[in-house]
Amino acid sequence: MTDPALLVVRAGALTTVQDLGRPGYAHLGVPRSGALDPSALRLVNRLVGNDEDAAALETTLTGCAVRPSRDVTVAVGGAPCPLRAGGRPVAWGAPVRVGAGELLEVGAAVRGVRSYLGFAGGLVPEPVLGSRSTDLLSGLGPAPLSGGDVLPLGRPAGEAARVDGAPWPAPPSELVLRVRFGPRHDWFTEAARRTLATGGYRVSAAGNRIGLRTEGPELERAVHGELPSEGMVLGAVQVPPDGRPVVFLADHPTTGGYPVVAVVRESDLAAAAQAVPGTPVRFVPIR
Amino acid sequence: MRLLPVGERALLVELAGAEEAGALHAELLRRRAAGTLPPVREIVPAACTVLLDGVEEPDRLAVELPRWAVPPLTAGSATVTEIPVRYDGPDLAEVADRWGVPPAEVAAVHSATEFRVAFCGFAPGFAYLTGLGAEFAVPRRATPRTAVPAGAVALAGTYTGVYPRTSPGGWQLIGTTDAVLWNAAREPAALLAPGARVRFVPRAEAGR
Repeated sequence: MTDPALLVVRAGALTTVQDLGRPGYAHLGVPRSGALDPSALRLVNRLVGNDEDAAALETTLTGCAVRPSRDVTVAVGGAPCPLRAGGRPVAWGAPVRVGAGELLEVGAAVRGVRSYLGFAGGLVPEPVLGSRSTDLLSGLGPAPLSGGDVLPLGRPAGEAARVDGAPWPAPPSELVLRVRFGPRHDWFTEAARRTLATGGYRVSAAGNRIGLRTEGPELERAVHGELPSEGMVLGAVQVPPDGRPVVFLADHPTTGGYPVVAVVRESDLAAAAQAVPGTPVRFVPIR
Repeated sequence: MRLLPVGERALLVELAGAEEAGALHAELLRRRAAGTLPPVREIVPAACTVLLDGVEEPDRLAVELPRWAVPPLTAGSATVTEIPVRYDGPDLAEVADRWGVPPAEVAAVHSATEFRVAFCGFAPGFAYLTGLGAEFAVPRRATPRTAVPAGAVALAGTYTGVYPRTSPGGWQLIGTTDAVLWNAAREPAALLAPGARVRFVPRAEAGR
């Protein structure tokens, strides 16, 4: 008997394997990586009876389609999207049964950007430094999915949750990012700091798992020299030479040489992962 | 020493220079090994800073840190990692020109230097090595190469680095090594971690 596996029938625009990432290796240049919307990953895992950090699929805007080789309980959450199993419409955001050989079709996100597909038993490709996450910056972990790929499925451990639905945060119509200024806010003019706080930014279509790019007013520098490379954190608002803030997401570089004007609260980053291009962004300074 | 808050759970410690940053990094590792450092998820040294990320009480650590007695970096007893190199890079002549020495002299200067891994970044296993004096600084190439081969030994500023895998890059290439800088299946995955001491050993045919 062959091991249970998942056949990728349609990979979608960008579908990757994600768990909660590989913290602890930033000093070696290894990004943390992991699900961009970790709360959605945790919830789909709980719905199918997995540990919260089991590996699942993260889709981007256009969904995907997969065919499991055994009966498996699946939950899809994060960005709402239409779902079909074996041609039948099935519930989003709740555990559903997909039969062996049946096609699970995950449609394009109706709202938001990233949907998460949790499978009872999780996906179990070979971990790298303790994580199965795809890291697009450094190429660690499984490659982004392509049609015809086969991913190993783990053995279910727990029982699926007995719920008909779970509460999900809606993707933001306005992205509110609470920030603390620093460490390099003094590299910008006072007017630039006011500009950041008073807005006019929108989510750019150029964003990816490395960073949420913004369109809007340029932040003027007070210090023009080059900043020697320094360590970067998740949520850092880095300002490249074009003056448009970039919010660092899970695959961000671990060191960098552009000044960081502020840092977004980690709990606000899941919403950043679900904000579609064009969404207004408000940076709200907190103490 | 200047302490800069970074969000809610991190602290950036700014030092006077690379030596001081290396010394603080070494002290942090000593304290962590001795179990006297409060839990910190990441300790990330860089050019003249050390980032402490995933700190439970950063404000408290910010009060304690400046009171530490941090011994200066010493050659110490740390073992030296030797990296065999063929000095055959395409930018060797240009570097020699910048240094004002004949091309053969580049290998002699470079291999006589003891380097230290100041920090990593750019790609897993890419180490920024310090040791060359300011008189040996070279600029990055005006146009970066789209593909620098894995194992290329390269210079930028006063740093030396070795490309762990094929990637775009703007550093000046002076040589080639067969040493494996990064292997995620190996323990440790990175040949060079921050604080490591390194020497380049000239080889006609660089072996492993």
